[in-house]
Amino acid sequence: MALKGRLEDFGITQLLNLINLARKTGTLYLQNTASDKSSYLCFREGKLIYATMEGMEDNLPVILQRNGVFTADQVRMIQSNMPGKPDRDIAQVLITSGRLQPQQVIESVRSHVLDVVYQVFSWYDGTFRFEPSKLTVKGKITTSIALENVIMEGSRRLKEWERLQDELPDLDVALKFAERPTTPLRDINLSVEEWRVISFINPRNTIRQIAQNNNMGELQIRKIVYSLIQAGVVEVVRPPRPVAAPGRGKAGEREAGGESAKMRRPDVKRGIVQRLIGRIREL
Amino acid sequence: MQTLKIVVTGPFSSGKTELIQSVSEIDVVSTDRKITREAERIKHQTTVAMDFGRITIDEDLILYLFGTPGQKRFDFMWEILSEGMLGFIVLVDSTRPETFREARRILDTFRSYSPVPYIVAANKQDLEDAWPPGDLRIVLRIEPDVKVVPCVALDKESVKNVLLELLYSILELMDEE
Ligand SMILES: Nc1nc2c(ncn2[C@@H]2O[C@H](COP(=O)(O)OP(=O)(O)O)[C@@H](O)[C@H]2O)c(=O)[nH]1
Ligand SMILES: [Mg+2]
Repeated sequence: MALKGRLEDFGITQLLNLINLARKTGTLYLQNTASDKSSYLCFREGKLIYATMEGMEDNLPVILQRNGVFTADQVRMIQSNMPGKPDRDIAQVLITSGRLQPQQVIESVRSHVLDVVYQVFSWYDGTFRFEPSKLTVKGKITTSIALENVIMEGSRRLKEWERLQDELPDLDVALKFAERPTTPLRDINLSVEEWRVISFINPRNTIRQIAQNNNMGELQIRKIVYSLIQAGVVEVVRPPRPVAAPGRGKAGEREAGGESAKMRRPDVKRGIVQRLIGRIREL
Repeated sequence: MQTLKIVVTGPFSSGKTELIQSVSEIDVVSTDRKITREAERIKHQTTVAMDFGRITIDEDLILYLFGTPGQKRFDFMWEILSEGMLGFIVLVDSTRPETFREARRILDTFRSYSPVPYIVAANKQDLEDAWPPGDLRIVLRIEPDVKVVPCVALDKESVKNVLLELLYSILELMDEE
């Protein structure tokens, strides 16, 4: 079952959020309309392990060159000595012969993968398709990058404000920490501004109040809160009933800004619900 | 004679009409109901197309299923419909991610009208491009205590299961209190 859609409707941040929270394994194929480029990102159990983009050479020697490990001449040499060899074999030969440190490979691949993923954050139109279980990484050297940090950094670079407006229509809601974060907060790289927002998170403070306390504009707070939500760090506390209608018991008594609205049983007897169940079963 | 009401809501084309049709004992599915008092609020429109189904439970109990009207201009009907409902079902077309945000908005609106139990039905699971219920739970940010159940509105057994899951949720809530 492939997940498909248009990036206009379901953006990169949301896709990464889903892949992270569902700890998915598979490949995300992207096609961008604006740049007419394609890309794919591979994930294992919710971690980004490889990425590639059309027009961005991803042979290991070239990746190493981009990272300043080799010169263009050295790369030409390596490629003519080992034509068509998979990255894994090239790395092994170079490491064994002492011309390359394993750490250089790890860093270079990581930085290539991050380059690609941050570029696709600017893809606002096009299509996506997630193929579960399929990993297009044969012969490649993979890495393993936690998505929370990618999401935080990617959303810092977001330039599309309309989407933020859609995602957070109401600033008069409160925030709380996610109950089951996939990565502890201390492992997520946050800016000073982001930490300031974090320090005010409490079901009693609305987003608007947090912004006021930190002298932040609407756009800035929206952006920060959006990244924190997508990174799975915080959650919106669903607003309680706006107007408490009289005579509806508990619902009206709820404190404004309290925990998310608790469900209330309807005004019927248990026996009646059981009669409904009995009848529907035999339909 | 006692009557009870379950509301079926969700974005346009999520399958509300189909779902109600599958279990209702009456043929008339979409009714054109005259709105009298509320008509003043929408000046030009005096009728609204709404799905309406019925299941007779026994000689003194009837369950009505109401589908929310699709057009935006009838949003005011939601509050009227939600009055006294037993619970509600948020139907989502699992193959159309462009409607997910709208589904979440509808869910929040309904919940603000009445805090009765509800479930999310991930409809059109028979189609190849359907997003699995577990993914919809994440995308729609559904709280852990709310069920997200697979659904094929064309299939009576599947719709029965959705209704039953909602009723079980109601029973569970009664047990907690
Ligand atoms: N394959 C499939 N089609 C469905 C299902 N439910 C509804 N549909 C189709 O989706 C379209 C919209 O359904 P409808 O009930 O009119 O949606 P409404 O606007 O919510 O009332 C119709 O063509 C239905 O036949 C389903 O479970 N599977
Ligand atoms: Mg309909």
